[in-house]
Amino acid sequence: MAAPMLRWGCRGRRWALACVDGGSCHRRGAPTGSTSNRIRGQSSVAQQPLHTAQKPRKGEHKWAAVVGLEIHAQISSNSKLFSGSQVRFSAPPNSLVSFFDASLPGTLPVLNRRCVEAAVMTGLALNCHINKKSLFDRKHYFYADLPAGYQITQHRLPIAVNGSLTYGISAGKECGQVIPKMVRVKQIQLEQDSGKSLHDDLRSQTLIDLNRAGVGLLEVVLEPDLSCGEEAATAVRELQLILQALGTSQANMAEGQLRVDANISVHHPGEPLGVRTEVKNLNSIRFLAKAIDYEIQRQISELENGGEILNETRSFHEKLGCTVSMRDKEAKQDYRFMPEPNLPPLLLYDATSLPTGADPQQVINIDQIRETLPELPSVTRERLVQQYGMLPEHSFTLLNEVGLLEFFQNVMKETRAEPKKVTSWVLNIFLGYLKQENLAVSESPVTPSALAELLDLLDSRTISSSAAKQVFEELWKREGKTPGQIVSEKQLELMQDRGALEQFCYSVMKDHPQVVMDVKKGNPRAINKLIGLVRKATLNRADPAVIKEILEKQLSS
Amino acid sequence: MLGQTLREVSAALKQGQITPTELCQKCLSLIKKTKFLNAYITVSEEVALKQAEESEKRYKNGQSLGDLDGIPIAVKDNFSTSGIETTCASNMLKGYVPPYNATVVQKLLDQGALLMGKTNLDEFAMGSGSTDGVFGPVKNPWSYSKQYREKRKQNPHSESGDSDWLITGGSSGGSAAAVSAFTCYAALGSDTGGSTRNPAAHCGLVGFKPSYGLISRHGLIPLVNSMDVPGILTRYVDDAAIVLGVLAGHDPKDSTTVPINKPLVLSSLEDVSKLCIGIPKEYLVPELSSEIQSLWSRAADLFESEGAKVIEVSLPHTSYSIVCYHVLCTSEVASNMARFDGLQYGHRCDIDVSTEAMYAATRREGFNDVVRGRILSGNFFLLKENYENYFVKAQKVRRLIANDFVNAFNSGVDVLLTPTTLSEAVPYLEFIKEDNRTRSAQDDIFTQAVNMAGLPAVNIPIALSNQGLPIGLQFIGRAFCDQQLLTVAKWFEKQVQFPVIQLQELVDNCSAILENEKLASVSLKQ
Repeated sequence: MAAPMLRWGCRGRRWALACVDGGSCHRRGAPTGSTSNRIRGQSSVAQQPLHTAQKPRKGEHKWAAVVGLEIHAQISSNSKLFSGSQVRFSAPPNSLVSFFDASLPGTLPVLNRRCVEAAVMTGLALNCHINKKSLFDRKHYFYADLPAGYQITQHRLPIAVNGSLTYGISAGKECGQVIPKMVRVKQIQLEQDSGKSLHDDLRSQTLIDLNRAGVGLLEVVLEPDLSCGEEAATAVRELQLILQALGTSQANMAEGQLRVDANISVHHPGEPLGVRTEVKNLNSIRFLAKAIDYEIQRQISELENGGEILNETRSFHEKLGCTVSMRDKEAKQDYRFMPEPNLPPLLLYDATSLPTGADPQQVINIDQIRETLPELPSVTRERLVQQYGMLPEHSFTLLNEVGLLEFFQNVMKETRAEPKKVTSWVLNIFLGYLKQENLAVSESPVTPSALAELLDLLDSRTISSSAAKQVFEELWKREGKTPGQIVSEKQLELMQDRGALEQFCYSVMKDHPQVVMDVKKGNPRAINKLIGLVRKATLNRADPAVIKEILEKQLSS
Repeated sequence: MLGQTLREVSAALKQGQITPTELCQKCLSLIKKTKFLNAYITVSEEVALKQAEESEKRYKNGQSLGDLDGIPIAVKDNFSTSGIETTCASNMLKGYVPPYNATVVQKLLDQGALLMGKTNLDEFAMGSGSTDGVFGPVKNPWSYSKQYREKRKQNPHSESGDSDWLITGGSSGGSAAAVSAFTCYAALGSDTGGSTRNPAAHCGLVGFKPSYGLISRHGLIPLVNSMDVPGILTRYVDDAAIVLGVLAGHDPKDSTTVPINKPLVLSSLEDVSKLCIGIPKEYLVPELSSEIQSLWSRAADLFESEGAKVIEVSLPHTSYSIVCYHVLCTSEVASNMARFDGLQYGHRCDIDVSTEAMYAATRREGFNDVVRGRILSGNFFLLKENYENYFVKAQKVRRLIANDFVNAFNSGVDVLLTPTTLSEAVPYLEFIKEDNRTRSAQDDIFTQAVNMAGLPAVNIPIALSNQGLPIGLQFIGRAFCDQQLLTVAKWFEKQVQFPVIQLQELVDNCSAILENEKLASVSLKQ
C-alpha cells in the first residue's frame, strides 16, 4: 500500500470553509514518492499548509467525499438495558455482572423502561418519527466479550427513524456568523453494549471485563450527508450537546460513552459513489475530524495513483495520525440476524392511542415525554442571540465549553454591565485564561460573582478597562480578595478629581512642547501620544476620554 | 401410598399417617431400586431430605404450605437448579452448577415440594426418544410391568431377557419414567414439539403442555424460545392442575408471560352435552397404528354418546408443520447454542492456540452430532442469502398453522381430540434403527403444530394396547383456556379408567438385587 499521503491535508477550520463554499473538498498538486516519504510519519494533518481555497487546475477532476456516521451513545441509566445490574464507569472488573449479562443458560432479557424513554426523548429531539411498534433482533458473531454469541439490537424496525440534526459551521472568526447545516438521521436503535477485552500480548492472554456488557446504547445512524472532518466533528459535537441537555447520555467520549464509526468514500461529483471504508475507534472529536480528513486524502491519493479502495475496516492511529487496516476484521461477517424471541414487540402510545385505564407504569406515552423535553442547544443559542444581542458564533462558544453558559448567566444575574461587555469578558479574557492554563470552567479561580463585581466597577467608571484587566489578573491568583479590595489596595480607581487631572495635563504639555507642536501642526496621532503620557503620569488611573477632552480644551485655548 | 393422588397423599401428610421424611425415603429407595431405568441424572438426596425435614416441622406446627408441601417431585435436567448440577445431558454442561433456580423450580420449592433429582433427557432436549443424551437412554418402566410381561410371554416370537426394553419417548423421558415408576408424584418436563406429551403417552401418564406465556421459562435452558413451555407430568389430571395452579402467572423475569386473573380451580364436569369436540381430519394418517385409530374413534364415540357434539374439522396446513418446525427450530438452536463457547461456564477444551480454535474444539467436544447438525442447519437458514427463503417463509407457514387452529375454534369447537403418537412405545433396538432427525419428524407429527400455535394440550392415557402398553390421546384447547381443557381431560380420565402400571415384577427383580428392601411399601393402587 502506498505510504500515507498528508500532502493535501489542510487546517480543519479553513478546510471546512471550502466544504461550505464548494460542497466538496478540492485537491491540488500531485503526490510524488519523495514528498510522501518526507511527510510520512508526521503527526498531524493540521501542520500542513492550506491549499483547498484554490481552484483545481485545468484538467484535474474535482473529488467529493461522502461521510456517514454511526454513533453509539451509552444511555445514562441506573441499570443495564435488559438486566438489573448497575451501570458505572471504572468499577472493579466484573463487579457489575448479572446472570443475564454473563449469559448463563436460561436467563431472559427484561427491557429497562428508562432506556426506552431515553430513546424516545432522543428521537424527539432529533425530529425523528417515533415508531409505535419496534422490534428486537439478535445479531450473531463470536467474540470473547460478547458472552451470548449475539447482541440484541433493533435491526428490522428501530424505535425512531427519519430525523435530522442541525449543526452550524463557522463562517470565519471575523464575521462571527454561523452557517446552519443539516444531516439526516436515518434511525435510532436500542441495543446492548459488549464487554471489554483486554489483550495481554506478553502472556498471550485476553482478559474479559463484562461490566459494560449489556449497558444500553443508542445507535444513531446518520445518512452520508457529510463531506469532511469538520462537518462530522461539528455534527457530533451538536449531538453530544443535545444528549447532554436531554440527560439521555453523558456522552463523554473519553469514557467511551460516545463512540463514533465513520463510513467514508470519495467520488467525482456526478459519478456513482466510491467504495467506502469504515473507520473505527474514534474516541475524541478532534481525532474524528483528523481521521476523516486523513482517510479522504488517502483514498484520493490511492485512486490518483491508480490504486483501488478496499471495502474494509480501518482504525485511526492517534500517534501517527493516520488510519490503518484492521486485518482481523477484514473478513465480511454474516451476522445471521434473527428476531429476538424472548422480547415481545415494543409498543409505545400517544395521547390518542393510549388505552383507557392503562397502568402508567406499564405504558410509555410519547406525548408525555415530548412535554418534558428540556430546552435544546439550538433554542438556547437563539435565545442568547435574541436576548443579549450577541453574535451567533459567540452563542456557539458559550455552549461548546462545558459550564461556560451557566457561568455567563450567573455573571449576568449579578452585574449591571451591558450584555455585550459581559460576553466579551467571558469569551475573551475569562476563556483565554482558562485555555492558557488548560482549566475547565468548574476549576476557574474566578467566581461569577467576582467577575460581576469587577464588571460593575468598570461599568460605573470606577476603574479603567486596563485597570480591570489588572484586577482580573489579581483575582486569578486565588488570594481570596474581592475586586473592590484589590482596587483600593492597588489604588486603581479612576481619578475623579478634574482639577488634579487638569494639572497633570498641563504638566505633560509643558514637558513635551515638541508633541504639542505636532498636534498643532495637525498630526492626528500626536494627541494620542499626549493622552498616553498623561495616563502614565496618573499611573493609568485616569479615564482617557476625560484626558482627551481636557487636552483638547487646553490645546485650543 | 405412592400410587395415590396428590390430594390423597397431602391429606395423609396432614393427618400424620406418614411424615414427609418417610415419604421422601420411600421415594429415594425406589429411585435406587429403579436406577437401571436411568431416569435420573442427578439424585439430590441430601437436598430432598433436608427439605423433608423442614416440611415435617411445618406439618408439626400445623403450618403446611399447601397441597405440595412435602411432596416429592423431579425436574428435567434442563431447568436451572441453584447448587445442583444442570447438564442438559450434554458434555457441554457437565459439571455446570447454576447459581439460581428456574422460576418454576423456585415456585415448587416455595410450596414445600421436595426436589428428588434431575431427570434424564435427549441432549439439550433435542430428540423424541430420550436415547440421545450423554448419560445414556432412559428405559420405559412399562418394559418391566406385569401387563407387558404377560402379553409377551403369550407371544412365542418375543425374546426373553432385558434386551428388548422400550424407550420412554422424549425428550422428557426421564421425568416420565420417574413419575411412572412412582419415584415422585409430579415431574417437570419441557415441551417444544411434544417433548412432554410424547413420553407421557408412552409411559401412561398425564402430560400437560400449558399455553405459551402461562408459565415462566426463566431458568429453562432453551431449545426454541418461541415454542418452549415447561410441561407437567403426573399420574392424574387433578395433580397436573394443582402443579399448574402453583406455576401459572406472570414472571417479571420472563417478558413473554401474561398475568392471570383468577386462580385455577378444576371443577368436575358432570355434563358434556354443551361441549363440542373437533376431530381434525388431517390427523388421520396412514402411519397411524390401527389400534390407536380405533381407540381414537371410540373416544369420539364416548363423547358423542354422553351428549357432546363431535364434528370433523380441518387443519389444512398440518402437513407443513414438521418441515416448518425444522427451519424455525434449528435457527433458534443455532442462536441459543452460540453462548456455549467454553469461556464462562461448562466444558472447555485444552486447545489454546487462539480463541477461535478454542471455540471450535470446545463446541466439537461439547455437543453431540444431533446438536451440531441442528446448529449447522440453523446457521444455513439464517444466512443473509437464505433468510427470506427459509426463515421468513417458515414464519409465514407458522402463522397459517396457528390460523388453522383459530379457525377451528372459531367454528365453535371447544377442544380438539387427536392421537398423541403414531404407535405405542417401541423397543430401543427398533428405535435406533432410524436417526434422530427422522424419528423426531415422525414422532412429533401430532404434537408439534400445537407448539407453533402456543396452545395448551394434554396427553391422557386411554387404554393398553394388545401388547399391554399404554396408549394416549391428546386434547388441544384454545389459547389460555387451560382450565377448560383440563376439565374436559379430567372427565375423560374418569370415563376411561386407565389401569395403573403393575410394577410388582420390576420390584421383585429389584429385590433380588437389593436384599432386604421392604418393597411392601410400594402399595400400588388396585
